[in-house]
Amino acid sequence: MTRPSIPLLPAQSWWLLVAGTLAVAPLAPYLPPWLSTAAAAALALRAWLIARRAPLLSRWVMVLLVMAGTAGILGQYRTLLGQQAGVAMLVLFVALKLHESKARRDGLAVVLLCYFLSLTTFFYSQSMTHAALLLAAVIVTTATLASLVDGRQAPPHLLRQSAVMLAQATPFLLILFLLFPRVSGPLWGLPRDAHSALTGLSDSMTPGSISSLSQSDAIAFRVKFDGAPPPRDQLYWRGPVLTAFDGRTWDRIPAKSRPQLPYSVPESGLYRHEVTLEPHNKPWLFALELPAELPPDSLMTDDFQLLAGTPVTQRQRYAVASHTDPMAGREEHRWMLSRAKALPRTGNPRIRALAAEWRAKHADDELVLREAISHFQRLRLTYTLTPPLLGPDPVDEFLFDTKQGFCEHFASAFVFALRAAGIPARVVTGYQGGEINPVDGYLTVRQSDAHAWAEVWIAGKGWIRTDPTAASYPLRIEQNLAAVVPAGDPLPFLMRVDLPWLRDLRFRWDAVTNAWNQWIIGYTPQRQQELLSRLGMGTPDWRRMTAALSIACGGVLLGLTLWALRQRRRKDPALALWRKATARLAQRGIGPMAWEGPVAYAARVAAARPDISAAIRDIAASYARLRYGNPDESQLAALRAQVAAFKP
Amino acid sequence: MPSPVPHETLDRIVAAAGRVILGKEHQLRLAIACLIARGHLLIEDLPGVGKTTLAHTLARLLGLQFQRIQFTSDMLPADIIGISVFEREKGRFEFHPGPIFSQIVLADEVNRATPKTQSALLEAMEERQVTAEGMTRPLPQPFFVIATQNPSHQVGTFPLPESQLDRFLMRIELGYPDRAAERELLAGTDRRLLADRLPPALSVPELVALQEAVQSVTVAPALLDYVQELVAYTRTSPLWQAGLSPRAALALVAAARAWALIEGRDYVLPEDVQAILPGVAIHRLHPSGEASLRMSAADVAARLIEAVPVP
Repeated sequence: MTRPSIPLLPAQSWWLLVAGTLAVAPLAPYLPPWLSTAAAAALALRAWLIARRAPLLSRWVMVLLVMAGTAGILGQYRTLLGQQAGVAMLVLFVALKLHESKARRDGLAVVLLCYFLSLTTFFYSQSMTHAALLLAAVIVTTATLASLVDGRQAPPHLLRQSAVMLAQATPFLLILFLLFPRVSGPLWGLPRDAHSALTGLSDSMTPGSISSLSQSDAIAFRVKFDGAPPPRDQLYWRGPVLTAFDGRTWDRIPAKSRPQLPYSVPESGLYRHEVTLEPHNKPWLFALELPAELPPDSLMTDDFQLLAGTPVTQRQRYAVASHTDPMAGREEHRWMLSRAKALPRTGNPRIRALAAEWRAKHADDELVLREAISHFQRLRLTYTLTPPLLGPDPVDEFLFDTKQGFCEHFASAFVFALRAAGIPARVVTGYQGGEINPVDGYLTVRQSDAHAWAEVWIAGKGWIRTDPTAASYPLRIEQNLAAVVPAGDPLPFLMRVDLPWLRDLRFRWDAVTNAWNQWIIGYTPQRQQELLSRLGMGTPDWRRMTAALSIACGGVLLGLTLWALRQRRRKDPALALWRKATARLAQRGIGPMAWEGPVAYAARVAAARPDISAAIRDIAASYARLRYGNPDESQLAALRAQVAAFKP
Repeated sequence: MPSPVPHETLDRIVAAAGRVILGKEHQLRLAIACLIARGHLLIEDLPGVGKTTLAHTLARLLGLQFQRIQFTSDMLPADIIGISVFEREKGRFEFHPGPIFSQIVLADEVNRATPKTQSALLEAMEERQVTAEGMTRPLPQPFFVIATQNPSHQVGTFPLPESQLDRFLMRIELGYPDRAAERELLAGTDRRLLADRLPPALSVPELVALQEAVQSVTVAPALLDYVQELVAYTRTSPLWQAGLSPRAALALVAAARAWALIEGRDYVLPEDVQAILPGVAIHRLHPSGEASLRMSAADVAARLIEAVPVP
């Protein structure tokens, strides 16, 4: 039997348009601009046509549009398959299918496409904001589906219905989330350059070549301390160590990396913490200086850099213990020390002369170091994020002429001065400080907390951290950047301290985002295994997990069904008895029609089965009176007896 | 327990009417249910199947003061409501009440009149009063309109719009009599004469008592659930352009109560609702598709009933 196609009402066309728009919109930033524009134009045109109650575009126009769109996507991606081209094709389909939707069947196709398209948003971003957008899109799409069933319902009613239905699906959502077998890594291969835009520290620095340091609020990593965190002036998060210097640029040296620590650590005074590192596309990990226990699958270099095996392209969580003063490197390689003393032959004569002066005054390296620190303090250097550019002798110019710079200038000049005095020294980059979020207790370290400091080798003591920025500007370390930067310097908006409500809001938002990252995005195969073994499933393989999944879903379904049945029964005991009696008749093939009233049904049964005619009429009469009339107490008991005796 | 009196009275009326209108007991019961539920009745069918006789019989049986208006296309509202005439002796205008000032008005072939004249009648039906020349005059109590009409596709008719059809509690169709009844009809005396000779079966206090008894018939929550399900279905089904209004739902309950009373019960069953549904609901629903346009009222009602489970 072919059913006549049911035409779409204008309200249904609007619903479809809104659902399509909500499904396409979150993808717009990730599509080629021409496709986003074309999709927006197609949706706008559809809106205009619906508003004018105009007919659909002609078939030829549609064919041309589909061919043009497909050709465009083919030209862009050289394929119609794969993730990116596939999403682009889906966007094209949704935008154009709306233009040929005239019957309910077309509407259903659009709804299906919208659901699928909404899901593809997660290819590009799994942030909470995108999840919220997706939820909105799914609610509207479901409301659209409901409107296709009944186009005359008011929008608020449909939205409420859709939201309630999705809320009722929450148990299944939880079960599937917790139990669905997880694969590590994305299901679809991401393009190789997907992480190129990630921000973070680089592996070299050239103070003097940057006149304006752009500061970003982006989060570098979050830290949860076991117990009290160390004091703020000990919060140095070690990153790349820069030993090589060619006169302008500091660089890493190829240092050997190994799975053990190259130094020994005291047993006590450890700060245990867990770092959740945002992807930065570089191999190094950050930890409180200096790590005392390595996280699994990590390496330690000879110059004490913590490395992951591969570049960090996904949010990563690892536990570390650190000791803030392990006296590392007391027996340092001669090779390493000579690298840490190397300077170019020429350049920066003034600081070389000054260093020679210090050396002449003191024989002891430690005294030279102290002299250098106090000299830096006396120089009255200015901390600024917008220093002037420096010429061929950047250290001299910075120390004696411009006297303006940021931590990289300070660290670079300081290390140069010490090397000129013959003391091994190197630049360490990383982050300093961070902010405790009072809402969830996590310490948040942002890109704007990036810092560079110096490390000096003293015989018998090993490498000692010396922060020339702290020497000149203790506030930079005790508070944060905003405390030392002159007013008017560009600072990340959120670092301004004079908006307490904004800070509070930021703390809260951070805590929520962090929770999302920790529990939703961070629900990795390992976490799933942990959870399941805690639930007593040992180390489950995917078969057992699938079984558990099916059992749990079935259980929820059964529970809901029983609950619904109970609700129905609890409403009216007479109804339950009546159902019991009619169920027996249904087994004999004379069950009631859904629409049949009790008395009419009894008459039908009586005609078919004269032997039970009296019994069924009595039961129907009692039931009818109990359910629809003004019964007294005794009648329920009577019905119960009648039904008990009823053996058709 | 149900008072036996209303039930017996009603049986008596049905039996008396059945002696005039042959083989149409179900329609008679529906018509009587409509009247004791204080509703106006519309009888629609082809000419010659006994619409006017039925209306006549009902009027006689209820023992009420009775006027008949034959609607024609040249009729004016004043022909129904009445007119003020200058009385020379008294030296002022006197209102001469029209045929509407009657306890039962038989409006024959109501769809032959122009919409203007129809609306004069229909306003009276709704308000139970008449406004003419600035004076509002109450109509007698009780007040019933029994209207008859030909199917709207007949030539020379002005079909009643939905809003006015809504004022009739019920619309019933008579249909052709079966063979036996028709034979009896052909062999017997003229039905009109029989109807004229019919003695009233009811006094006015008895009628009022019946109407009050209808009000006290129990409507259980489970039954209201059912009525609401029916109404909700008409609102969501694509068969109709618009669903039943709350007024229509009220009409369903009122008519079902009257039907239950005729059936001798003091509570309403889903079967009662199903029995009156074709008469009460279908003329208020406007079909949306070609297919349902061709369906008879009984078929449409059956589809509606079979689509909604009894809760």
